[in-house]
Amino acid sequence: MLSNAEILRDPSSLGPRERMAIAVQDMPCQEPAIRATNMEEVALGYSEEQARLEAARCLQCKTAPCIAGCPVGIDIPGFLAETVVGRYAEAAAIIRLTNLLPAICGRVCPQEVQCQAPCTLGKALKSVDKAVQIGRLERFVADREREAIAGGAVVAAVSLAPATGKRVAVVGSGPAGLTVAADVRRAGHEVVIFEAFQKVGGVMVYGIPEFRLPKAIVREEAAKLEAMGVRFELNTLVGRTRPLQALLDEEGFDAVFVGVGAGLPKFMNIPGEILVGVFSANEYLTRANLMKAWDRQKAATPLYPSQRVAVLGGGNVAMDAARMALRLGAAEVHVLYRRTRAEMPARAEEVGHAMEEGIQFQFLTNPVEIYGNGEGRVAGVVAQAYQLGEPDESGRRRPVAIPGSERKQDFDTVIVALGNESNPLLAKTTPGLKVDKWSHILVDGEQRTSMDRIWAGGDIVLGAATVILAMGEGRRAAVSINRFLAG
Amino acid sequence: MFTITGKRQLSAEVYRIEVEAPLIARQRQAGQFVIVQTDIEWGERIPLTIADADPAAGTISLIFQTVGASTHRLADLAVGSGIPAVLGPLGNPTHIDKFGKVVCVGGGIGVAPMHPIAQALKRAGNHVTIIIGARNRELIIMEEEMGTIADDLIVVTDDGSYGRKALVTEPLKELCQMDPKPDLVVAIGPPIMMKFCAETTRPFGVHTLASLNTIMIDGTGMCGGCRVEVAGATKFVCVDGPEFDAHLVDWNSMMSRLRAYKSAEDSAHAAVHAEGGCRLDQVVADLKKGGL
Repeated sequence: MLSNAEILRDPSSLGPRERMAIAVQDMPCQEPAIRATNMEEVALGYSEEQARLEAARCLQCKTAPCIAGCPVGIDIPGFLAETVVGRYAEAAAIIRLTNLLPAICGRVCPQEVQCQAPCTLGKALKSVDKAVQIGRLERFVADREREAIAGGAVVAAVSLAPATGKRVAVVGSGPAGLTVAADVRRAGHEVVIFEAFQKVGGVMVYGIPEFRLPKAIVREEAAKLEAMGVRFELNTLVGRTRPLQALLDEEGFDAVFVGVGAGLPKFMNIPGEILVGVFSANEYLTRANLMKAWDRQKAATPLYPSQRVAVLGGGNVAMDAARMALRLGAAEVHVLYRRTRAEMPARAEEVGHAMEEGIQFQFLTNPVEIYGNGEGRVAGVVAQAYQLGEPDESGRRRPVAIPGSERKQDFDTVIVALGNESNPLLAKTTPGLKVDKWSHILVDGEQRTSMDRIWAGGDIVLGAATVILAMGEGRRAAVSINRFLAG
Repeated sequence: MFTITGKRQLSAEVYRIEVEAPLIARQRQAGQFVIVQTDIEWGERIPLTIADADPAAGTISLIFQTVGASTHRLADLAVGSGIPAVLGPLGNPTHIDKFGKVVCVGGGIGVAPMHPIAQALKRAGNHVTIIIGARNRELIIMEEEMGTIADDLIVVTDDGSYGRKALVTEPLKELCQMDPKPDLVVAIGPPIMMKFCAETTRPFGVHTLASLNTIMIDGTGMCGGCRVEVAGATKFVCVDGPEFDAHLVDWNSMMSRLRAYKSAEDSAHAAVHAEGGCRLDQVVADLKKGGL
């Protein structure tokens, strides 16, 4: 067994067996009991030694299946090779070639189903949990760069192609929109981002909580875009404040990218959903995050006084809502999910964190009714037990209700986190924009919509997905837009 | 920043401000609203209806009542200062057509959003009767503006301090009893008033629209806080409304959702107010007894 110091003295000399013997570096976190009472970030980030040790675990295998597993194709072995020798600025530069938002992706990507899933080391050690912790390293490298910038370091400005005189409108400032803006701006085109909210960032500011993604990071990324010359127009709802087609016909834009995100929250359509105390996760999280209702002294936006909270769903948003409810003072928070932990779509780390914090999970449980207290407020749910049956189209075993298993449970708050339908606004106000039956905008392989000079990507196309998939779509759209504008 | 270019206090609690918002002034249609936020970091997003707009000057007129912290803060802003966030125009515009005989019922502050709707209905060639109601003389707003639009203007106050001493439902019922009866009624005001307007017109089969002002955050279809039950289905006021068939709205759940953030004490207070509505209950009961 080599000591840490020996490993780090000359990492390039390590053989595969020595690399495989290095332990997975755990992510330092705030103590569960403490973090459940504050909004600060839960995961604290690797120390330098941890980062270099973790990077030393990479086998630098020739096939690099991790790159194919990344929706934006980061040169992962490349940035790990720089990290292991402590050349963090060089590592950051490699990531930035293909990923504009590494500090964000390192925190919120579901790495265990993307880059880390096919990792050769994980395969060799027969556990995806033992793959190189690429996400944590991406975060480490990005944070080192942020600290350097905050300390006054000059990071080479992004080089911009000469001005083309072409103008691109980006609708929505979430991950898809920011990615398109950066890539299109680099090609020398003028870019204006239109955002309906009062702040930049889309789901990264209204949805993902501070304790998982500090908002300062989103602000820094927006500031970088501004430094590149990207202009933001807030409080602008395209489709209402400005018609979509008018951007092209009247306002002189040569191309438009639509990245407006998922829209209408889904409800279960069970009795009692209209009761006071039933929230969509979107509403609950927007109140807490964007409107900062967690600060009872300063915020004007009110919060519902929840004590016993039921969260319905098993995705990242359900985890965020449950953990937020706990931080906002709920005595008990239960997640009701109709399948089991294995089928939960949430990022594994978030599920683990939620369990550590004392969130209670009721698997194979699904509400059939929300009942009231006689005064229009939630008093509890009637939940039915399920068992897993045959696999469905998604490959997951289909949950089957067990008749007669209905049981009443008292709750004062129910948060519905079952995903979103698409917002119908743009389709409704834009004749000619083709959408599917769920109002998702239809695009071709280059993210082109049915309308001339209009591209789309992210959740408005995919339905509720992830930050990184939205960025991948943005990247693809930007390539197509740049090619179109050059032609 | 959206600069305030004019400000007038219409009554003890009601203000009218003109706000520079050229794009909204150009795009807005009757029936639409905006969301306003007086402080980007800590403020609340509140929906306010658009009372008027001047596309040439690039301004919109907002009329609001000071009911909570946010509307008080808005009322404190002086001419020349700015509102950091104004989003709109939101919601579906009112369907304007030549219906024939139309009755517009505006209660309290609800007269403000009724103004552009009445104006558009008049321009479309309808015979427009406008009923303005308020608790007392002090709370009657926009009488002059509505007078210039209306073929017939009826002003009522609860206490009889001005106009006819009646609730808006009384002249509304009389109009429904006339031949021909109205082809359309549009009611905007406190939920309890809209509910009883619906109950008044229902027996006559007169199509009745109400414009709902629910709790909202984004106003663009994302949060679902504004949802109401209409004919048993969940609808979002911000993207499906704000106008709905008043006969199909579940008024009780809508009113209970509006009280979501009142403390228990406030709820009790609201319940007492709702008993003011019981006066309306009584009116409807009387109407029914009268052989409707």
